[in-house]
Amino acid sequence: MDVIKPNQVDEVVRNNVVLSTVDAAFNWCRSRSLWPLTFGLACCAIEMMATADTRYDLARFGSEVFRPSPRQCDLMIIAGTITKKMQPVVKRLYEQMAEPKYVLAMGSCAISGGPFVDSYNVVLGGDTFLPVDVYVPGCPPRPEALIYGILQLREKVANPKKIEGLRKHG
Amino acid sequence: MDKIINREALVGELNKKFGQCAEIFEDNTNQSIKVKPDKLVDIMLELRDNPNYDFKVLMNLNSVDYPENFTVVYHLNSLTHLHKLTVKVELDKADPQVPSITSVWKAANVQEREAYDLMGIVFTGHPNLKRILLVDEFVGHPLRKDFKLQA
Amino acid sequence: MLKTQELTLNLGPHHPSTHGVFRCVLNLEGEYIQKAVNHLGYLHRGIEKLAESRTYTQFIPYNGRLDYVAGMLNEWTYVHAVEKLMGITEEIPERAQYIRVILGELQRLASHAIYIASMALDVAGATAWFYGFRDRDEILDLLEMVSGQRLMPNYMRIGGVAADLPEGFIEKCQALIDEFPNRIAEQEGILIGNEIFQARVKNVGPISKEMALDYGLTGPNLRASGVDTDLRRDEPYGIYDRFDFKVPVGEKGDTFDRVLVRIEEMKESVKIVKKALRDIPEGPVMAKVPKVIKPPVGEVYSRIENAKGHLGFHIVSDGSTKPYRLRIYSPCFVNIGIFPEMAKGIHLMDAVVALASLDIVLGEIDR
Repeated sequence: MDVIKPNQVDEVVRNNVVLSTVDAAFNWCRSRSLWPLTFGLACCAIEMMATADTRYDLARFGSEVFRPSPRQCDLMIIAGTITKKMQPVVKRLYEQMAEPKYVLAMGSCAISGGPFVDSYNVVLGGDTFLPVDVYVPGCPPRPEALIYGILQLREKVANPKKIEGLRKHG
Repeated sequence: MDKIINREALVGELNKKFGQCAEIFEDNTNQSIKVKPDKLVDIMLELRDNPNYDFKVLMNLNSVDYPENFTVVYHLNSLTHLHKLTVKVELDKADPQVPSITSVWKAANVQEREAYDLMGIVFTGHPNLKRILLVDEFVGHPLRKDFKLQA
Repeated sequence: MLKTQELTLNLGPHHPSTHGVFRCVLNLEGEYIQKAVNHLGYLHRGIEKLAESRTYTQFIPYNGRLDYVAGMLNEWTYVHAVEKLMGITEEIPERAQYIRVILGELQRLASHAIYIASMALDVAGATAWFYGFRDRDEILDLLEMVSGQRLMPNYMRIGGVAADLPEGFIEKCQALIDEFPNRIAEQEGILIGNEIFQARVKNVGPISKEMALDYGLTGPNLRASGVDTDLRRDEPYGIYDRFDFKVPVGEKGDTFDRVLVRIEEMKESVKIVKKALRDIPEGPVMAKVPKVIKPPVGEVYSRIENAKGHLGFHIVSDGSTKPYRLRIYSPCFVNIGIFPEMAKGIHLMDAVVALASLDIVLGEIDR
C-alpha cells in the first residue's frame, strides 16, 4: 500500500482538489453543452444544418444535440426571417423553453430584417420581442461564423460577471 | 423561341362555338388572346380537351394591377404540340370577379387563392377562397398599387 | 365495441420533418390520415412586392433567397427572363453560356444531394445525411470560388456573369466531377440498396400521370409519374441543345421513383458538366448591355428547368428601371398543393416521407 508522506500532501491536493463556487461550476457545465432547438426559419437554417455536418462538426463544441422539443433545449438559434405570421409561434417556442435559456440571432434577417427590411410582412429583427444574447451577422453567415457565435455565447454563459462588467462600461 | 399557336384560327373557332367571347390581344409576345370573363370556364375546357390545342398544363396564373383594370393572366402550355398561349381576362377595378377554373385544372387552386390574397381578385366558385399566405386579419391586398410599403 | 376517436394533429410550423415552416393540420383516425389541410405563408416576405421597388439589377440577389438550396439556378431563371424581355438572348457570350451551364448543373447536383440527404434523415438514416452534406459542401466550395458566397451566389448578371472563372477552377471542378460518380454510387449503396429504406418508401404516396398534370406538378416530380418532359431537352434555353443527355422517367410515381429519378438526374448532370468543361471556349463573359437596365414596354413569361421543377418569371415592364409587376411561378408552391390528396388514407409516418419526397423549399413556396 502506498503511503503518502507528509511532504507529498501539498502536491496531491494541488492536483486533485479544485475550490470554486457552486455557481461557477454550474455555469461551466452549462456552457459546455448548449443544446440548440431544431428550428429553421429560412435560408440560414441550411447553413445551420451544414454546421452540424461532418466538415464543420459542431459536435466538437458540445452543441450538436439538436432537439426538436423546446422543453429540452437551452439555446434558440433564430435562423432566418421572422415574418409577422411566424412571430407568435417563435414567441411561444421561446416561452416553452426551460430556464436558463439563450437566444442567438443568426443572419441579418434575424438581426434587423435584412434585405426584406421594407416588406409588409417581416418583423424587424428578433430583438424586437426576444432577449437576444449573441448576434451573428451575415446573409447567411458561414458555418464558422455560427460556431464562433456559439463559442461567444459559451464565454458569456461561463462568465456572467464579465459580461455584466462589459455592459456597465459600454 | 416559343412555338406560337395560330391565334386567328383559334379566336375564330372559339367565337364560332361560344359566341363573341374572344379576341386577339396585341402585345410584344404575340401569343395573347383576350376573353370575356363569363365564358372563361367553357373556353378553358375547350382549350384543354380539344386535341388541336391540347393545353394540358396551366403554367402560370398571374394577376396584374394596371391603371385602368385588373388583368388575370393564364399561361397555358401543351406538352404534345409544345405551343404556348396566354389568356387574358380584364376585370373591373371596383369589383374584380372572375369564375374560378379549379374545375379545369386543380393546379389553379393554390394560385387563385394567392391571387385573392395578394391582389384581392374574387374567384367565384372556388372551393376554398381564403387567404393563403397572409394572416386572416391582414387588411388590404399588398400587391395592389395603392398599397404602399413603409420605407 | 372498440371505437377510435378522431384526432386532429397539428404538424408544424415548427416540426423537424416539414423542412421549414410548413404547417399541416391532419385529421387522424388511429394512425391513418383522413384529411390534411395545408397552411402556408409562415415565411411570406413579400418578395414580389419588394421587386416593384428594386431595379432590375438590384433584384438579382433576392433570387438566391427564394429557393435557398439552388440559388444559382434561380438567378439564371431571372436573368434569362430579363434578357428575353430585352431581346438580347442571342448576344450572351459563349463563355458565359458555358459557365452558366456548369454552375447551374453543379447547383442542381447540390440541390439533389440535399434532397437525398434530408430524405434519408426523415426515414432516420443519418449516415446518408452526412454523405449528402459532404458532397454538397464540396460543390459549394466551387460556387464559393466563383462568387464568394456559399448559398447566395449573386453571380449571374443580365447579359452574362459577374466575373470570369477564377484560376484553378476548371481543374478543381474536373477533379470533383471525375470523382462524383463514385459519390453517387456510394449514396445508392447506402440508401437505395437498403432494404429498410425500400420498405419505407416503395408504394408510398403514388401520383398518377393524370393527377400529376392536373395538379400542375413539374420537374422531377412530374417525371417520376411517367411524363417524359424536360425543358432542357424539349425547349432548350441557353446552349442546352448542344448537350446530349437522357431524361430519366419513373413508372409508378411513388416516393421511391421520385428518389430514383433524382439519382439518375444527378448522373446526367455530371455528364453535362463534363462535356461543358471540355468545350468551354475563351472569351468575354459579359455582353454589351447598358449600365442602367431599361427593358422596353411589354411582358415576358420565361421559365427554366430548376432543380425542383419549372421556375417561371412573369415580368411586366412599363419601360422604367423597375419592374411594373414581377410574378414568380414557384414549382414548390404548386407541388405542395398535391400533398392533401397524397396524404389521404395513408399512415402518419408515411405522410412524412411523402412530404419529403416532394422536395419542398419554404422560401420558394411562401416567397
